[in-house]
Amino acid sequence: MESLVYIALFAPLVSSLFSALFAQRPKTYLVGTVASLLIGASLVSSLILLFTLLDNPTPIHVDLMDWIVVGDMNVKFGFTVDQVTVTMMSVVTLVSTVVHVYSNYYMGHDKSYNRFFSYLSAFVFSMLILVMSDNFLGLFIGWEGVGVCSWLLIGFWYHKPDVSKDVNPAVSPSWAANEAFIVNRIADLGMLVGIFMIYWSLGTLNYNEVFANLDKLDHSFLVGIGIALFIGAMGKSAQFPLHTWLTDAMEGPTPVSALIHAATMVTAGVYLVIRAHPLYQEIPEVSYFIAVLGTFVAIFAASMALVNRDLKRIIAYSTLSQLGYMFAAAGLGAYWVALFHLAAHAFFKALLFLGAGNVMHGMNDELDIFKMGGLKKYMAKTFFFMGLASLALSGIYPFAGFFSKDTILEVAFNEHTYGIWFVLWLTAGLTAFYSFRQVFLVFLGDERFKKYGIHPHEAPNWVAWTFSPLAIMAVIFGFFKEDTMEFLTKLLPPYEMSEHTHHMVPILIIVTTLIAVSGIVIAYIKYAKGLKRDPKVENSFAYKLLYNQYYIPLIYEKTITKPYEQLSNIAWQQIDMKVVDATVDGIAHLVKETGEVSTKAQNGNLSSYLKWMTAGLIMITIIAVIFVVMK
Amino acid sequence: MTLTLTHYLVLSAILFTIGLAGVIRRKNLLMLFFATEIMLNAANIAFAAISAYINDLSGQLFALFIIAIAASEVAVGLGLLILIYKKYGTLDLDNFSVMKG
Amino acid sequence: MEAIAFYIFSILIVGLFLVTILSKNILYSMSSLAAGMVLISGLFFILGADFLGAVQLVVYSGAVMALYAFGMMFFDATKDIKERNSSGLLVFLLSGATAVILVVIFAAPSIGKNIKPLVTGTKGADNPHVIGEVLFTKYLIPFEVAAVMLLVAMIAGIVLASKKMDQSLSEIYIDADPENELKEQK
Repeated sequence: MESLVYIALFAPLVSSLFSALFAQRPKTYLVGTVASLLIGASLVSSLILLFTLLDNPTPIHVDLMDWIVVGDMNVKFGFTVDQVTVTMMSVVTLVSTVVHVYSNYYMGHDKSYNRFFSYLSAFVFSMLILVMSDNFLGLFIGWEGVGVCSWLLIGFWYHKPDVSKDVNPAVSPSWAANEAFIVNRIADLGMLVGIFMIYWSLGTLNYNEVFANLDKLDHSFLVGIGIALFIGAMGKSAQFPLHTWLTDAMEGPTPVSALIHAATMVTAGVYLVIRAHPLYQEIPEVSYFIAVLGTFVAIFAASMALVNRDLKRIIAYSTLSQLGYMFAAAGLGAYWVALFHLAAHAFFKALLFLGAGNVMHGMNDELDIFKMGGLKKYMAKTFFFMGLASLALSGIYPFAGFFSKDTILEVAFNEHTYGIWFVLWLTAGLTAFYSFRQVFLVFLGDERFKKYGIHPHEAPNWVAWTFSPLAIMAVIFGFFKEDTMEFLTKLLPPYEMSEHTHHMVPILIIVTTLIAVSGIVIAYIKYAKGLKRDPKVENSFAYKLLYNQYYIPLIYEKTITKPYEQLSNIAWQQIDMKVVDATVDGIAHLVKETGEVSTKAQNGNLSSYLKWMTAGLIMITIIAVIFVVMK
Repeated sequence: MTLTLTHYLVLSAILFTIGLAGVIRRKNLLMLFFATEIMLNAANIAFAAISAYINDLSGQLFALFIIAIAASEVAVGLGLLILIYKKYGTLDLDNFSVMKG
Repeated sequence: MEAIAFYIFSILIVGLFLVTILSKNILYSMSSLAAGMVLISGLFFILGADFLGAVQLVVYSGAVMALYAFGMMFFDATKDIKERNSSGLLVFLLSGATAVILVVIFAAPSIGKNIKPLVTGTKGADNPHVIGEVLFTKYLIPFEVAAVMLLVAMIAGIVLASKKMDQSLSEIYIDADPENELKEQK
């Protein structure tokens, strides 16, 4: 049993190291194949562990080694595989395997092919450490690891130069990578403070020990820890106001977006809240704040996706929006629902991104959906998969999104937080609208790409076969809701709906489906025949506000980036160069000058040497006399 | 008045200082040697005086050896002095700055 | 009695040595040095160190001063030595300070009361007798070493000062016509 855990954990590491050996060499399919096989091995181990836990619900625990043993602090490299962990592991490894296989096709023309697989596998390894660790410090290691790997992967084409902000895409990959990493770092400070507070008060970082002793701490301290940890989650999962990096992260290759920004890294924040649920159950005001923030982000992101023209950014906004849903669920206490939605979302979002990758590849890396249209004729399979994923995303029965989203809405209703329910309901409609706006603008309507001279082509058949696991899961996963609930509530607290809600459930379902379908219908009416651009609408204030992301990146740049840059400049020129450098140079200068002055004492003249000797003799004699007299 | 050891030692000190002043002041190498001789003699006086007042013969023997050493030093020193004179044509100390650093 | 002799001698010695270091004429300084040496041997006789005084006379004021005289003859001794003394004050200060310190040290009552003499010869004998006794028993090795050192110094002096050591004297005189000398020197 332990060997399965180790295989699941270390196979991606082996894959990463193996690929790193070839990093400087030209592309070789050996690397891609071996990497995909190793990740597949990790997937198989995770699934076996899943089935084992289904039979026997005791968590499996391995202690790899003692890590930090200093004074009273004893932190081990331990890994626990319990219900939550094995769910995350299965999701992560499944999506990773599909992405690895797809990358063989997508990165086929890239000369840094080998390096890509090394980074990708390293990312999977870090994510697995994050979810499998049994203490907060291991979690933090994985946290940082995924941050670094996402930096490496977003900035994969680091040699692309910076572009001005008017051109779409608006930033360069290295800038986007830096932005992602720095924003995450700012949030990690909060997380570290939370970890410090836990250790300082409880003396341990192991999950079991920490959660058993939570009642020893007073309430305001728990609130502090909860807020601090959630700040870390905000950075990783791109909640407002730390959300700007997620859309710019689309500068990375599409498989990266599929893996990191759909399924894994951004869900690490949700995982943290779920894992720390004993803590968040003690502090309902913080949990409520999390739910409200999640709801706000849901509608905030959905509104920005309504007018966007970039293929991948629309999908990024939808990820942001669905993360808001997950946080809403977790904040309202329905932790297993959040995890269920996380898993379902991973499947169809990854599918959506990979389909977008197909479109991009076929359209010669074109990203503007206003320049596409009518691709159904040329890319039928991609149309099929993206349509499927969009249906799942919109929450249409019988796809997976329907079950998870509806459950979240029911939870919101049950908690009598009708405001949250209403906003989430509205967002569901917006989600359906913009998803299908994208699908229709890309695949139906007039063929706008003709005048740009692009010749689209479909991906090879084996790529379609790669998508199929995700597609199947997106379709059937919803039906496993009851089984999932039973499985997860062995660890997580169950969520009981009141009787009142039980009666309302059918009405709620109808209402939700109604708005989702109406969103699709409106999108069909507007866009299925083709794109009609209306300059009046495009220049209106609301449109401009949404198109420029509520001008938030601009505000950040003016209020935070530029002053910080000026401050750094001052620190460099005034403090570093004038004070620090001057001091060091001054000391060296002093020594040199002293040496040059002393050189004159060595003029080769015997007479002057004798004078110096006499002077020395006098001094020594005086000192000797003083010593003797003082005794 | 009776002579004590202190008289002799003070005399020795004064002579030593005179020799020291000569060594510092003299620029001609040969005269430098003269001043060195004065210093050696001053030390000899000190040795002999102490030996006489403590009735220990070691002082006189030491002074004897110092005389022997001084003699050999003069021999070798003058030889070197002759070589310097042949090479540089002058005995002035200020001209010899070859070891300048 | 002794005191008078001591004071006369010491004043004379100090005066003569001052002449030695202050004079510009090399002949004067050498002569005063020789005279000072003689008077120092007088001091030794006062102290009862007969053998030492005799050795001082013979070796120092005899042999050493003769060496200096020969050396002085080697250089041009008639012209006054021109010396550049730029820092007379410095010399005065340095030497003055040394003098003060040394005199203070010696004048202080710092001589121990319990010093036991280590080496005494047979009581009542003459000084040369006693010195001979000690020199050839306790101080034999330094004596022999000093002898070797004198030998070495003598050879060194000869080697340093002479030229054409690798040729015998007869060869130099036989082949002494100018052309041959020039060719040999090449």
